[in-house]
Amino acid sequence: MRPRRVLVTGVSRPLGAEMALALAADPEIVDVVGVDTIAPAEDLGRTQFVRVDIRNPLIAKVISTAAIDTVLHLSVLATPLGAGGRAAMKEINVIGTMQLLAACQKAPGVRKLVVKSTTSIYGSSPRDPALFTEEMEPRGFPGGGYAKDAVEVEGYVRGFGRRRPDIAVTVLRLANVLGPGVDSPLARYLDLPVVPTVLGFDPRIQLLHAEDAMAVLMKATREDHAGTFNVAGDGVLLLSQAIRRAGRPPLPIPFPAIGSLGNIARRLRLVDFSSEQLGFLAHGRAVDTTKLKEVFGYVPRYSTVATFDSFVHDRELRFTIDHELVERVEHGLRGLLAGHRPAGTSR
Amino acid sequence: MPLTPHGRTDSNGRSDSNGRGGAVGLSVVGTGEEPDEGNAGTSSAETEAEAGAEAGAEAEAESGTETGAGAGAGSGDPPADAGELERVLAELLAFLRRRITGDYTVDEHGFDVDLTEHVVAPLLRPIYRSYFRVETRGLENIPDRGGALVVSNHSGTLPLDALMTALAVLDHHPAHRHLRMLAADLVFAVPFLAPLARKTGNTLACHADAERLLGAGHLVGVWPEGFKGIGKPFSERYKLQRFGRGGFVSAALRSGAPIIPCTVVGAEEIYPMVGNARTLARVLGLPYVPITPTFPWLGLLGLLPLPSKWIIEFGEPVDTSQYTAAAAEDPMLVFELNDRIRETIQHTLYGLLMQRRSVFF
Repeated sequence: MRPRRVLVTGVSRPLGAEMALALAADPEIVDVVGVDTIAPAEDLGRTQFVRVDIRNPLIAKVISTAAIDTVLHLSVLATPLGAGGRAAMKEINVIGTMQLLAACQKAPGVRKLVVKSTTSIYGSSPRDPALFTEEMEPRGFPGGGYAKDAVEVEGYVRGFGRRRPDIAVTVLRLANVLGPGVDSPLARYLDLPVVPTVLGFDPRIQLLHAEDAMAVLMKATREDHAGTFNVAGDGVLLLSQAIRRAGRPPLPIPFPAIGSLGNIARRLRLVDFSSEQLGFLAHGRAVDTTKLKEVFGYVPRYSTVATFDSFVHDRELRFTIDHELVERVEHGLRGLLAGHRPAGTSR
Repeated sequence: MPLTPHGRTDSNGRSDSNGRGGAVGLSVVGTGEEPDEGNAGTSSAETEAEAGAEAGAEAEAESGTETGAGAGAGSGDPPADAGELERVLAELLAFLRRRITGDYTVDEHGFDVDLTEHVVAPLLRPIYRSYFRVETRGLENIPDRGGALVVSNHSGTLPLDALMTALAVLDHHPAHRHLRMLAADLVFAVPFLAPLARKTGNTLACHADAERLLGAGHLVGVWPEGFKGIGKPFSERYKLQRFGRGGFVSAALRSGAPIIPCTVVGAEEIYPMVGNARTLARVLGLPYVPITPTFPWLGLLGLLPLPSKWIIEFGEPVDTSQYTAAAAEDPMLVFELNDRIRETIQHTLYGLLMQRRSVFF
């Protein structure tokens, strides 16, 4: 089914705004309605912006008045920094989703629901398999934060899917998104001049380029692909390797101390170091994207490594350890070696 | 038994011809160390330099390079082939540059080939050659390509047997394959051990990972006795423990990969475990805390393994391609294959023990 009238939640955030713009540029789409609690910072084209909190039943009215047929739910927040605290974040994520789903259930015109979820619902534990497929249950249940919200959101979405089997529900579990305009906890973390790591651990991380995230959400909106899909760039990076590629010095901190340091960082609004992210920094996580490629039919253009390199390039990260200098030193030493060769043979 | 020494030289000759590093010393049984000296000398010099290199890579770029290179040049050995030395140092520099700038790839399981081949294997090589004087037999039973499952007995308190088996395949198999090991989840919870385990090719012993590796055509190693095998008291040496629940068999059946039984003799004696500090083990959350004749009495010195003489024998592969994937759902068949492989290894153990003249020679 081709979407005609699309509702985008969380439209004032970078990803939502970009999605709304891209949908508005499509002449086949009659209406794009964007909702959020705060006004969008940028121009959204012909998107009609409605300032409404999805926690408010008013959302039902928006859906019925605009005769929405496709709902793109993007307002599950990853960090409390922009929401004004963890409690508010949980409200927006969980209660907001419940209200939105309740409104969709009552709206006969809605045919499709696309939900942005996260791979962090798989948690991070030493008992994790190397790659999670969509059917696998998390080994260690996420204890709090974004991951726990996302688990609850997905639970409500599954319940909704059972009650309205006529609606095509697509759940996209995105890996950590990095891109030019993305401000995520991971981006802020990797942007620190000295990167704190968990002493004695080196997690595997997987990244998704913002362009690929956009493309996948777009494809899910335009076409019908009911189901749950992991979305991530190919391959993995070790955190230590990522830090080296960014030319940063790592700062290994023992596990007990890193928690309190995280609290201080959160107070200072530097980075969000919640317990779930600590688990990620110790054990990492990677997912299997076979289903995305073979069933959904999308192959990410950027691998994890390419995503990271373009992130480093776009942000113009100041290299604390200059790669060119390292290469020059290597060349210099090799030259020195070659120079010494005659002496070596005469010996 | 006049046949025994003859048989040994034979199998040695074979393993030598396969050998990449040219371990000449092994052909003379018992006095393996002397003719090996030259080789061991170079390899340990390399190792030192690379150990210094890795430390340098972690700490500081330029100074690390200089000390690493200095160490290599300083201990430059008698043959002093300048071209060779230069090549080694250039490789070392390139390695350092890759490590500092993160210019290497790890696979989805976290396996870091660059680190394994350039740091870990060179560190283990002298232990393999000169300390345990490992004699490897039956490498022709491991295919050059495609998924295969090596199933081995497990012993020795610390999993040195797994490391030596992996090095045997990497160094002496004609295709120089990497053995991807399946490890217990405890390994991935221990700081420092966890990342090292993944980087050297270990992954979690579970169906998903085993089948993923086999399906991708890797050579996978599994030690189904687990902690029961590696942490058994010295009095029960060379008695195979229960082979888990046969999970490895069903993984092999699903992937159609051959199962290669592997028998390790010698690892039982490296840390003779005469007692187990159970209470301490419970407090630390470990499966066992060994008490050996030297540990903990001699402190860190007690961690030095006894220099037993090792034999690693790879047996005839058990073909699983004749079964369909549905066979993995047949518990009877799984148990039968499980027992058959266990019996094979136990019998090979008895046979090798009969041939062995002494623990240390």
